[in-house]
Amino acid sequence: MSRLASSRPRRGVDPAASGYLFVAPFMLVFAAMLVLPLAYAAYLSLFQDRLIGGTVFAGLDNYVTALHDDRLLQGVLRVAKFFAFQVPIMLAISLLAALAIDSGLLRFAKAFRLGIFLPYAVPSVVATLMWGYLYGPDFGPVAQLADKLGLAAPKFLSGGWMLGSMANIVTWEFTGYNMIILYAALRAVPHELYEAAAVDGASAWRTAWSIKIPAIRPAILLCVIFSVIGSFQLFAEPNLLQRLAPSVIDSGYTPNLYAYTLAFTGQQVNYAAAVSFLLGAVIVVASYTVLFVTSRRSNR
Amino acid sequence: MTERRSRLLMIGMIALFVYFLLPLFWLFVASTKTTGDLFSSFGLWFSKDFSLLSNIRQTVTYDGGVYARWMLNTVFYSVVSAGGAAFLCALGGYGFAKYRFRGNGAMFALVLGSIMVPTTALAIPTYLLFSKVGLVNSPWAIILPSLVSPFGLYLMRIYAQDAIPDGIIEAARIDGASEFRIFFQVALRMLSPGLVTVLLFTLVATWNNYFLPLIMLNNPKLYPVTVGLAAWSSQSVGGGGSTGALLSSVVTGSLLSVIPLIAAFLLLQRYWQSGLSAGGVKG
Repeated sequence: MSRLASSRPRRGVDPAASGYLFVAPFMLVFAAMLVLPLAYAAYLSLFQDRLIGGTVFAGLDNYVTALHDDRLLQGVLRVAKFFAFQVPIMLAISLLAALAIDSGLLRFAKAFRLGIFLPYAVPSVVATLMWGYLYGPDFGPVAQLADKLGLAAPKFLSGGWMLGSMANIVTWEFTGYNMIILYAALRAVPHELYEAAAVDGASAWRTAWSIKIPAIRPAILLCVIFSVIGSFQLFAEPNLLQRLAPSVIDSGYTPNLYAYTLAFTGQQVNYAAAVSFLLGAVIVVASYTVLFVTSRRSNR
Repeated sequence: MTERRSRLLMIGMIALFVYFLLPLFWLFVASTKTTGDLFSSFGLWFSKDFSLLSNIRQTVTYDGGVYARWMLNTVFYSVVSAGGAAFLCALGGYGFAKYRFRGNGAMFALVLGSIMVPTTALAIPTYLLFSKVGLVNSPWAIILPSLVSPFGLYLMRIYAQDAIPDGIIEAARIDGASEFRIFFQVALRMLSPGLVTVLLFTLVATWNNYFLPLIMLNNPKLYPVTVGLAAWSSQSVGGGGSTGALLSSVVTGSLLSVIPLIAAFLLLQRYWQSGLSAGGVKG
């Protein structure tokens, strides 16, 4: 090699100093695009726009208002309820599919894996438009079939069904993504572990339950955390379904939709900043709670 | 016994497969129909007229060809954002993994903690900040916020730790290569499966983004395809003379908008599947 021609070994340069140069670009953008907006939201949330006197310092008034704001609280409760039933179903399907594909008992495993994953590549806007048509009474296949059979089609976009219909859309979008993460984790479990179990005569189901699932706990946890974040910031789905069912989905249906309405329709910028900040805090607390509860359980 | 079990497994997986792919099949079938046939023929099978091509023509020419513009915007925003984000993550992940410096642990912990900060809670403050400095309603308003991917950094750090042996870096140093030359000529190639993974997933995040462009842009010429389709669909729901024509454009436009990403995932599957496994293990 051209060792002599290139620069001399530079003993004076401390490699650690280059470490800063490597992480600096990321950290700069991180500071500008993540830390700064958060700080700005925190700052804005301390002011109020008043008819008389303009923008004035209000301390924590916006937060007090938010904590007593029924529409916000209902939105938070609604997404909490959504989380409580949608996420277990979605992750159970993801886990079962990942185990089935990993089991070696399934033919065409690769085709199944790709097919289930594909909806992840579909934007939530398109997914919602599509399912909106599928649910619809005009040319939705379900309504068409029910009509042929002389039955009443379920009103997917009515008040009673809406949260479930939305859960179905989100499940459709993200099951495959979670499955891929879990499958990737399963692939990394050392094979000697199962071979020993197979020698002992354990069934495939037993191996999955006692060896594979415990081995991929961190990946399952990762999926749960991502789902907490996803559920609490639901926006595209309710925003688009609102146009199909304006009487069912009001502007406070999810907290995120509410913050959007406050900022862009109501022009209540400072209050919207407080709601955004609070929403971020709720999500961080919820994620850490999940982490804490699950890690305590595993230590028992 | 096992025979029956595996048959049961097969049936279950086929049911899932159908559930996940049937809506996409419906979308394709619906894109081949005239608006009249959408209403009058059964949704899950083709009608007599195969009007896919005329639907596509109508979609891309409607309103002065604005749909093509939206697709180009989407491609531009997502390629630039994903490229930039993946590059920043690769540099940073390598730096965090391979150098000992003061604040390494603290800075990384800060980034890791921020994975849980939801991007949509950031969007409104970012909008307010950008409107102060005149960045709203420009491509930068979409690209700059999309350059940060804390999860991507995390993935690249893990990947760099496992994929690049310290000995190779040492050897290159003894050869007199500068730190950046080591990164670009030695490390980057070893990082490539992880890099493709981060690239692909940030690409999807920007491609599919709706909230950020919705609030940042009000010039329809700058819309990405998600915001454009949403605008068309609300026009078609709202009624008016051209409602019918617009409905089949929303359907056909939806189909066209998902093809590039599906193709990218199919073509690059070797890379992203191996890259993800690194994150899954240590998750």
